[in-house]
Amino acid sequence: MAKKLNIKEKYRLLTRDLDWEFSYQDRKKAFPYEEFEGIKITDWSKWEDPFRLTMDSYWKYQAEKEKKLYAIFDAFQQNNGHLNVSDPRYVNALKVFLTGVSPLEYQAYQGFAHVGRQFGGVGARVACQMQAIDELRHVQTQIHAMSHYNKYFDGLQEFSHMHDRVWYLSVPKSFFNDARAAGPFEFMIAIGFSFEYVLTNLLFVPFMSGAAHNGDMATVTFGFSAQSDEARHMTLGLEVIKFLLEQHEDNVPIVQKWIDKWFWRGTRLLTIVAMMMDYMLPNKVMSWKEAWEVYFEEAGGALFKDLARYGIRMPKYSDVIEKEKEHLSHQAWWTFYTHGHAAGFHTWIPTDEELDWLSEKYPDTFDKYYRPRWELAKELEAKGERFYTSGLPQLCQTCQIPMLFTEMDNPGEICYRDHVHEGERYHFCSDGCHDIFVDEPEKYVQAWLPVHQILQGNCGGPGVEEVLSEYYRMNLGVDNMDMKGSPDEKRWKQWKGVA
Amino acid sequence: MSIEIKTATLEPVRNTFAHIERRFGDKPATRYQEATYDVASETNFHYRPLWQPDKLLQDASRTRLVMADWYAFRDPRQFYYGTYVQSRAKMQEAAESSYAFFEKRDLARLLSDDHKTQLIRYLLPLRHVEQTANLNNVYGTGQGMGTALTQAMLYNGMDRLGIAQYLSRIGLILDGNTAESLAQAKQLWMDADIWQGLRALCEEMLVTEDWFEVVVAQDMVLDTLVYDLVYSQLDAQLADSGAQDVAMLTEFMQDWWKDNQRWGDAVLKTATAESADNKALLEQWLTLWRGKAAEALAPLATEMLDEQALERALAVLDKRLNKAGLFR
Amino acid sequence: MSKVYIALQDNDESRYIVEAIEQDNPDVTIIHMPAMVRVEAEGKLVVKRETVEETMGRDWDIQELHLNLITLGGNVDEDDDCLTLEWNS
Repeated sequence: MAKKLNIKEKYRLLTRDLDWEFSYQDRKKAFPYEEFEGIKITDWSKWEDPFRLTMDSYWKYQAEKEKKLYAIFDAFQQNNGHLNVSDPRYVNALKVFLTGVSPLEYQAYQGFAHVGRQFGGVGARVACQMQAIDELRHVQTQIHAMSHYNKYFDGLQEFSHMHDRVWYLSVPKSFFNDARAAGPFEFMIAIGFSFEYVLTNLLFVPFMSGAAHNGDMATVTFGFSAQSDEARHMTLGLEVIKFLLEQHEDNVPIVQKWIDKWFWRGTRLLTIVAMMMDYMLPNKVMSWKEAWEVYFEEAGGALFKDLARYGIRMPKYSDVIEKEKEHLSHQAWWTFYTHGHAAGFHTWIPTDEELDWLSEKYPDTFDKYYRPRWELAKELEAKGERFYTSGLPQLCQTCQIPMLFTEMDNPGEICYRDHVHEGERYHFCSDGCHDIFVDEPEKYVQAWLPVHQILQGNCGGPGVEEVLSEYYRMNLGVDNMDMKGSPDEKRWKQWKGVA
Repeated sequence: MSIEIKTATLEPVRNTFAHIERRFGDKPATRYQEATYDVASETNFHYRPLWQPDKLLQDASRTRLVMADWYAFRDPRQFYYGTYVQSRAKMQEAAESSYAFFEKRDLARLLSDDHKTQLIRYLLPLRHVEQTANLNNVYGTGQGMGTALTQAMLYNGMDRLGIAQYLSRIGLILDGNTAESLAQAKQLWMDADIWQGLRALCEEMLVTEDWFEVVVAQDMVLDTLVYDLVYSQLDAQLADSGAQDVAMLTEFMQDWWKDNQRWGDAVLKTATAESADNKALLEQWLTLWRGKAAEALAPLATEMLDEQALERALAVLDKRLNKAGLFR
Repeated sequence: MSKVYIALQDNDESRYIVEAIEQDNPDVTIIHMPAMVRVEAEGKLVVKRETVEETMGRDWDIQELHLNLITLGGNVDEDDDCLTLEWNS
């Protein structure tokens, strides 16, 4: 009778034992990027596999997930599922998602494939490879889910072209470019740990619950199906950080610096999700502030308490981050509303009911700072003077978001920081972004800042209109401007038979 | 009687995404097309990689092969993630039932000691070759251009990890889960003369920088030779000598190779047809790695099979290359 | 003590899994949200294969949990018989 192997032993024999010591080449040449970041790995064999999924089980379970998912996509398309969404405004959240988020899944696929080749330890490598192929799954299922919406709504059709060019999309793009341009260990702390463990929950869990609440069967299905992989990814992220901290004490300050950097960068990136949650979901699930409290403060807090034994503390500027939850979504949506002619989706004034909901959810800030703006916008709109800002915004050199954030202790004043590097002055939206630049100026001076590029004539022109229509390939007046009077709105009314 | 359903108001505004329409015309697209074409970022990268500051994040100059459009590498299987995992799930279901049958009936006890020795000596060390193939294909995924090709390389890479795990399971079946056979096989991989050429070749591929060259060396040259020698010639020899049940355990590899060849042939053909320069470059790489692989495999092929075995495998390779438009 | 949590898709299989979790972890809090169900516990939460098998009335592999999993929080330890979520602090 054969001896019974438990899952850990079996995984070790099937997978961990595949590597060997080189005799004919220098092994460092095969894994050349492990040392330059200063991280010290003394023993890869100490790596604990988070989940011990062999390929045969992987194929089996993933195929089952895909079968379910595509059955729903088929039904959704055959039954014109787009007619069931709560309100056509909702679809604009999907436009932001497909142009801003799905291409990040693609970059995660590329990034994890890179580190999945470069790590010297087979356990870590295989976990990264599985994440690479999962991320490919996510971008592809998202495209397939949106494929049907693309047939009936404007603004999704050039998602890939736009991601490489459009001003606000350089925020997510540069975030992932930054991580991929870093060394393999920083990439893991940036994406595997900071982003996957703490921040993607905010994107996928409450937002997808919101999709369900707004009648979007396709999105909630891919969202939750993707999350079922995410649980593996989160655990990989946590395993990586514990492994690095346990390998050598010299790793602790390096890891802390990366945590400080990537949590700040991540919260900046999530500004757009804050706006989607509070303003773009007609049926509300929870406010951004509430989601932030559950998934960042509570879950992240527990995590950092657990990591304290390694000498890791909460990310720098956590105090600022805590204050920002009251303001982010309002400042961002206002910016898009006033730049609605240059966005790839529609914007609108929240309904009275929605304004009341925001007042209720943000009792300390909304009525005081933000509601008056919307009341004014309403008056202007009623007079037929819907307001658009002309002129190009100044962008933060690090996060690339327009200077829209205020001082958190004085929400009436825009926050500006700057720094002179080699005779040139660079501008930042916050202390967090300033510090990130100062630590690696040679990296961030390279940023492809969309507004600079337009001004330098690298995006066509001569006018902004040509940049938008020719370089960005936006259909002006169709893909963008106010929701009111848009072709999306007209078609919706036709389908629903309302005047 | 015909039924007319009023659908005019539900006419789609467009059939597919704009980049798909530019390539394939204004008509509904397949899921493979929408999941594959022009998905990768191509321009305006923000920062140069710290790990390779002379290149962009996505950079065609990471290989000497030149393509006007990297999406020319259409996968004839049209695998995107969903179709890929479903195809492999079917194969693994069949494999699982064969492995379960083999174990339940304890078919290993019907194998002679000589057959068991052969499997440990010739088959099990290949799991390290599969591991190399995993790394080489994932390398192509990280370095390569265009989703059409990079996704297919990742599927290949993950397949190879799966095959390495199946080979390991064969070892555990042979040794009753003691892992002794796996340890023996690894010892042979590290020390036995018949394996050193191949191990040196694997290590050399792992330090080769040009990703397309690596894919040519691994997926086209070495795999064609190894799969012919082992899963065709050794398989026949085992069957002829009464160890035909082993084929239950290697059927996955045989089915996989058939499937993978379809893709590999298309890659070779597309790269060759692109330009005379590409053809010359491929022929240069193929000649180089064919020579190295033949030398590396000679002692193994001779001992495992016979003096002519390698010649037969080389003939299979040459025919394959010829079919793709190379060396003619 | 920090909270660990697990969230599952709201479907029939999950109902049996949640039932099993409740049996093995009497102090958990169950929160129903659109399309998902979230289970929280102070410090530690265990999903046991045997209990899920009893509630479902069939063989169940611990890795099948991944089919319905949405997210989790806590250090994970997975073996043949159970999945444990735990904070050390």
